[in-house]
Amino acid sequence: MTDASGPIVTADGIPLKRKLARALFRSRARAFGLAFPLIAFIIAAFIIPLISLLWQGVHDPRYATYMPRSAAAVANWDTVSPITEKMAAAMVADLVEARKSRMIGRVATRVNRELPGSRSLFTSSARVAKKMKPPYLEALVKKSKKWGQLATWRAVKISAKVYTPAYLANAVDLKYNADGSFSLQDTKHRINLKLLGRTLQISLIVTLACLLLGYPVAYMLSTLPTRTSNLLLILVLLPFWTSLLVRTTAWIAMLQSQGVINDLFVLFGVTTDAERFSMIYNKTGVLIAMTHILLPFMILPLYSVMKTIPPSYVRAAKSMGAHPSTAFWRVYFPQSVPGIGAGALLVFILAIGYYITPALVGGQDGQMISNIIDFHMRKSLNWNLAAALGLVLLVVVMFFFWIYDRVVGIDNMKLG
Amino acid sequence: MKLKTLLTGSAVAALIAGAASAGTLTVVSWGGAYTKSQVEAYQKPWMAKTGNKIVSDDYNGGLAEVKSQVEAGNVTWDIVDVEMSDAVRGCDEGLLEPIDPSILPPAPDGTPATKDFVPGAITDCGVANIVWSTIYAYDTTKFKGDNAPKTMADFFNVKKFPGKRGLRKTPKANLEMALAADGVPADKIYDVLGTPEGVDRAFKVLDRIKNDAVWWEAGAQPPQLLADGEVAMTTAYNGRIFNAVAAEHKPFKIVWDAQIFDFDVWVIPKGAPHKDLAMDFLAFSTDTKRLADQASWISYGPARKSSSALVGSFHNDPNLKMGPQMPTAPANFKTAIQNSFTFWADHQDELNARFNAWLAS
Repeated sequence: MTDASGPIVTADGIPLKRKLARALFRSRARAFGLAFPLIAFIIAAFIIPLISLLWQGVHDPRYATYMPRSAAAVANWDTVSPITEKMAAAMVADLVEARKSRMIGRVATRVNRELPGSRSLFTSSARVAKKMKPPYLEALVKKSKKWGQLATWRAVKISAKVYTPAYLANAVDLKYNADGSFSLQDTKHRINLKLLGRTLQISLIVTLACLLLGYPVAYMLSTLPTRTSNLLLILVLLPFWTSLLVRTTAWIAMLQSQGVINDLFVLFGVTTDAERFSMIYNKTGVLIAMTHILLPFMILPLYSVMKTIPPSYVRAAKSMGAHPSTAFWRVYFPQSVPGIGAGALLVFILAIGYYITPALVGGQDGQMISNIIDFHMRKSLNWNLAAALGLVLLVVVMFFFWIYDRVVGIDNMKLG
Repeated sequence: MKLKTLLTGSAVAALIAGAASAGTLTVVSWGGAYTKSQVEAYQKPWMAKTGNKIVSDDYNGGLAEVKSQVEAGNVTWDIVDVEMSDAVRGCDEGLLEPIDPSILPPAPDGTPATKDFVPGAITDCGVANIVWSTIYAYDTTKFKGDNAPKTMADFFNVKKFPGKRGLRKTPKANLEMALAADGVPADKIYDVLGTPEGVDRAFKVLDRIKNDAVWWEAGAQPPQLLADGEVAMTTAYNGRIFNAVAAEHKPFKIVWDAQIFDFDVWVIPKGAPHKDLAMDFLAFSTDTKRLADQASWISYGPARKSSSALVGSFHNDPNLKMGPQMPTAPANFKTAIQNSFTFWADHQDELNARFNAWLAS
């Protein structure tokens, strides 16, 4: 028995509050211990690589590391006054050094991104830099008159920045200038915003198409007797379990101009042999294939939500005189909204990062932002720009997630 | 004792061979008929000679895989067949092992390798094996007799020669071909392309076929596109079209006008797991006989002068002489353009961006 004024203690005399906290801590620690492998895995295999890759979008120490003297020399240059002998001397010393360490190629690649043609300027100048004698500016200009141009040194100044907004600017079709200002990329090189817009457009259309096609199917599945609905569910799941690549390639066989569907059109006189429809290697092909591939991601959450809606509600509404469509829209539909929310968000977010399907069937007007990221990863080897584009895409996805949360509410989502 | 020395010698040799045979070399090339020609001409004889194994892997060109392997410090490829521009760029960026040309065997008549290879074929980090070419080919069932395309300009003329066009999804070769079609002579192509007006001009020519273009990426695709009737003509690597005609009897014909030729080059990624074996394979596969043998499997020209004399006929058809099928055959070579790797090293970032923007618009 405890007296009224003192704290409540347990049988062994420890205050109950502390004892309770200890027990809670133990159970939490146990739970954490069980989840720890997963958390560690996610951090090691996802978070750290993701951050280190995205980091490259704003961090490029190449120039400053291998060409430290000239990087320092241009740091205080105002980008308009004449090139000084001091800058030239630093450049020559750096070129000699970078040639010796075989890093000149990396430096040249970096500067070439700011000013096309700089690559050969740097590699060829580095080859002869060892023999150059003061005055160095004259020696450099003698090698190539580009060394006398401000544009070359401006490109160097941009490249020398370790933390640079150049790639992020490039990712949204801006150009970062040596004096710190931004300007619009010229029209012939603008591509990223257009692709981003198209990606959003395709994702929205695919989400809408999946909803329109998937809703009736999910409704039918949830109302049929279990035996029939299980059979039909397998028909939904079977393609879901088939490889993405196989399904995309199957669409190529179906939709190509000598393909099954066009053959049928010609057979039934919808079109002539000479004027077959082009339904693949363009946006149409991407929309068809992506809608098909992503459909199960819409049907399954819808189905699992609809399963929980008691049919008696709609029956009750009808028995009280509601028109079937009123009963559907006012009673059934609102209850299925959490399923729509889950399905739509799932399909939209998967669609926005889609890559294999547009790569295979996209042709020229069906390419998405992920394809240009892939291009910079695998072809142009501009990983920094790829990282910057990835960062932009991540921000866009977050933005839509936020909008979704404001409009639908994230806790309103039901996956099953 | 002579016999004893001989026995000990061969025992030691056998031991060394045994030690060396522990390796499995990963050889990476472009797949399809081209890889097959290398398997038959280089890999099988090398495996038979050294007792080593080869794992053959395919890719679509470029340095991406090499770069990621080298930068991650986990190199799995031992030797890779790349385009010349990638060999030079990879070397500049420190992604490739330097190659000492003295490991290359001399020609049968004793000419040192450095003199026997075509000029420019040996670079700091790469040794060329073949000369290949980007050409365009058409379906002979669609264009017959006088109505057949003959010049590069015909490829860009969809009014006179209707039908879809296949092109590689890169500005490389397409821009050169566009300028050639517009009347720029072969030796002026890169001068013109080096100016902004020249680039505009090339894209204007590409505009003519933009709505009819089908873009390919892997070398095996264009013959497939032609065979499926998806395109009426397509640019392609000349060997792939040759193979489709010679081995599969497809009705295709190559137009050699304004062909863009280039070297394919063996390179060894920095830190390759079996560097020494790779060097041995490289030296073996680029000897006079091996290069000549490869030419009996696919119509790519050997990079050694001494191999040309040994080039015979197609491996399963003694009547099909390989000489006239080569990009370097005099009849085919008249208007040929040599791919400039220095131009592309300087301008590929800019022109890729322009090309991608052009494609997306």
